[in-house]
Amino acid sequence: MRLEAIDAPSTPTTLLYPVGAVLVTFVVASGLVMMAGASPLAVFVLVARGAAGSQFALLETLTRATPLIFTGLAVAVAFRARLWNIGAEAQLYAGAVVTVVLGTGALPLPAPLLLPLIAVSAMLAGALLLLGPALLKTRFGVDEVVTTLLLNFVMILFVSMLLEGVLKDPTGLGWPQSQRVIAEARLPRIIEGKRLHWGFIVAIVSAFIIWVVMKKTALGTEMRAVGHNAEAARFAGIPVGTVIVKTALLSGGLAALAGFSEVSGLKGNLTLDLSPGFGYSGIVVAMLALLNPVGVVFSALFVAAIFVGADAMSRSAQVPSYIADVMVATALLTMVVAVMLTRYRIRRR
Amino acid sequence: MMEAFEIFLSASFWVAAIRIASPLIFATMGELVCERAGVLNLGIEGIMVSGAFAGWLAVYLGADLWTGVAVAALTGMAFGLLHAALTVPLGLSQHVVGIGITLLATSLTYFTYRIVLPEVTSPPKIAAFQPLKIPVLSDIPVIGPALFNQTPLTYLAFATVAIVAWVLARTPLGLAIRAAGENPSAVEAQGISVTGIRVGAVMAGSGLMAVGGAFLTMSAFDSFFFEMVNGRGWICIALVVFGSWRPGKALVGAILFAAFDAYQIRLQQIAGDVVPYQVFLMMPYLLSIAALVLVARRATYPRALMIPYRKGER
Repeated sequence: MRLEAIDAPSTPTTLLYPVGAVLVTFVVASGLVMMAGASPLAVFVLVARGAAGSQFALLETLTRATPLIFTGLAVAVAFRARLWNIGAEAQLYAGAVVTVVLGTGALPLPAPLLLPLIAVSAMLAGALLLLGPALLKTRFGVDEVVTTLLLNFVMILFVSMLLEGVLKDPTGLGWPQSQRVIAEARLPRIIEGKRLHWGFIVAIVSAFIIWVVMKKTALGTEMRAVGHNAEAARFAGIPVGTVIVKTALLSGGLAALAGFSEVSGLKGNLTLDLSPGFGYSGIVVAMLALLNPVGVVFSALFVAAIFVGADAMSRSAQVPSYIADVMVATALLTMVVAVMLTRYRIRRR
Repeated sequence: MMEAFEIFLSASFWVAAIRIASPLIFATMGELVCERAGVLNLGIEGIMVSGAFAGWLAVYLGADLWTGVAVAALTGMAFGLLHAALTVPLGLSQHVVGIGITLLATSLTYFTYRIVLPEVTSPPKIAAFQPLKIPVLSDIPVIGPALFNQTPLTYLAFATVAIVAWVLARTPLGLAIRAAGENPSAVEAQGISVTGIRVGAVMAGSGLMAVGGAFLTMSAFDSFFFEMVNGRGWICIALVVFGSWRPGKALVGAILFAAFDAYQIRLQQIAGDVVPYQVFLMMPYLLSIAALVLVARRATYPRALMIPYRKGER
């Protein structure tokens, strides 16, 4: 068996293979649903209804997509420059911690001043958290995959320490949770009385800004050059180390916005279950979008729909909601195969 | 202060250290075999989860303990085959596929757990491996109980190091594995398939990772908990780098690491009032990062690590 590069993939194949990837994912999921003793069709109808069958369901999917857009963007930016940031989870919590520290009354400012201040500070925290692994990579050659992964575990313990210590809510009845942020530090709801908040709008705008940065700025060009071939980029006079550090700052900042938006827009306070793995799901979101920032919005909606739909489905059918995690992981693997098939032809000889 | 030092002299401390080291030894050897063949296996964390559950489940459903170990190994090898199929002949990104395998193995495990045990509130227990005292040797003070009064799986862990070291250093297969990770076209020139060697190494390595996971549910504890692997896989990746891709050095690294881990657990009991317990729990992860930084300057990665091999392409 041998792989043969295709020079110019045709439009039908670039569309066909990703659709095939999603189909394979559903075939795998069907097998698991049958293993659970249920009918795949009935279950998928329940999932679809749970994700988009009512106004409530749709808004819930948009709400769930919000942090995924941020973490998806964080991963897309980093992976484009081949900076393997697997630590979006930790950076998310860094943003959430800053939101709680600044948002619980320490700064008595009106909302139009306080919210941007908190958002920028949260981004700084996330950026600084990824700066460490990025510098270790550029200065010492330490693989950032392992350092960012390990920092996820350090960060969640750090948050746990804060929630049982200085950030503990005295009225929390012993639960490890922070105080609620003040009204001026809350992102407003988009529709009164519903959970969807302005974080979603910020996420969409961020996706557009990142798209512009990647497509239209020198930094974007440099990031792609470094990701494509670091040696060639260095030869062409691009300061590879600096580009990687800038990428890290941007990526960490974006992931931290997920934490800011979840606390300020949705939950109102910080708990240890703020993120059910949004950082890791962000990797899938970014890969499904082929690292395209605008595509991230759509793949985040797809992934959010699966999670929200599966949650709703598991309440009525006897299929565990973990089916969503399996589907998302399968989609990641089938998608990378699909992308390869658009670029290579498999030849037997 | 004396208390903090006296810990090192107690036999129970070293017994715990070797017990904590055992799953790390299996998984580190597994990762080492993959990487020596040129494949970074980031599926390790999820494969350990799947092995922990599969081995435990087999025993829970009535199999004997060694069958459970075999089931765990086979489960790991199945995920290894998937990883290898995507990264070796297809040459896909080892980073992305590895993370994907970890997500898939973990979620499939949790899904299966919920299917098999829909109604349980506390995880059921099995009759796990018991310590097997080796006569005479176990009577040596301190190291006797630490090394010779452990469960059979711990002995297997040490045997695995010896076998991996011997195979890699002394056999034609080991030479082919090492060459596949350093200079794959030389392997092909010998008429040996690089693809075959790499797929085999990833499968074997993944089997070892899964047995490492199974140690947790079948020897260290006697039931399966979600998140029980808790980053051990990532720590093993750091241990491989720390051990310069050599089985002996990696073994020393795993034991040092485990001793540190056992020490922080005991230190918590002494200093727990002054320092929050989370600080102690963070230390193993921070230590792993520190170890990576320490060896980074002189780390010599297998030269073909993470580079897909395509026939005729250079």
